[in-house]
Amino acid sequence: MKKKKWYDYLWVAELSYLVLGLFNILFAWLGMLFFTIPLLVAIFGGSKAYCNRYCGRGQLLGILGKKLGLSRNVPPPRFLRSLWFRYGFLAFFMFMFGRMLYGTWKVFAGAPLQKSVTLLWAFKLPWQWPRMDMAAPWFAQYAFGFFGVMLTSTVLGLLTMVLFRPRSWCVYCPMGTMTQGICRLKAKKEEPKDGRTGAEDCRAAETAGQ
Amino acid sequence: MERARKLARVGTECVACGQCAAVCPRGAIRVWRGVRARVEAGQCVGCGLCAAACPAAVITLEVRGGET
Repeated sequence: MKKKKWYDYLWVAELSYLVLGLFNILFAWLGMLFFTIPLLVAIFGGSKAYCNRYCGRGQLLGILGKKLGLSRNVPPPRFLRSLWFRYGFLAFFMFMFGRMLYGTWKVFAGAPLQKSVTLLWAFKLPWQWPRMDMAAPWFAQYAFGFFGVMLTSTVLGLLTMVLFRPRSWCVYCPMGTMTQGICRLKAKKEEPKDGRTGAEDCRAAETAGQ
Repeated sequence: MERARKLARVGTECVACGQCAAVCPRGAIRVWRGVRARVEAGQCVGCGLCAAACPAAVITLEVRGGET
């Protein structure tokens, strides 16, 4: 059995994040780390190390699905891993993220604060907002919106965890799709020493595996 | 030995999540540059752990030099 490393416990951070948001919505801002770190790793490191090792959400889904046996553990439908679905879901997610930013801007411009978290892009859940004086209204609005994004993706992750394999969320996770796209572009750009392009190198690896 | 005759093969729709690499007892499968997983044919013993762990179900076991 492999010895556990510190990053094998990052699921605790994910769980804590979801719980902290229940107490004070401003903790939602911490979720920006889950967005920016994978992107920085992909842009500067040219890898999906975040998905591969450090994703707390993936670990949490793995524990719930595998260790607690909450997953049916059956292969997901083919469309879930198709490029059109993955990039379509990413585009949809980005559109909704843009709408959230627009909502934040409106509050910044003087509109009243919407004290609710939107789940699955449709259901408005009234949320506790005990400390009105802690932050500017736009800062709080962004937190409400962002926590909605995080909760929505968690619910979708849990749903596909139960229906298919534990980490089925990883198949269509918008961050995973985006970072893989960045890595593809980087691999194409940087030619290996033997002169083969990234795509050719990938095909060669595949052939070697036959 | 039956197991050693088999080899993991990664499909083109790999999402590079790295779950296969995490469970491989021989370190025979790795994620190549965040693009997709690739199998080191000499190391793979065809145990199938990677195929079972793959959330996208894109890893299959094939008989070396033959059909699945």
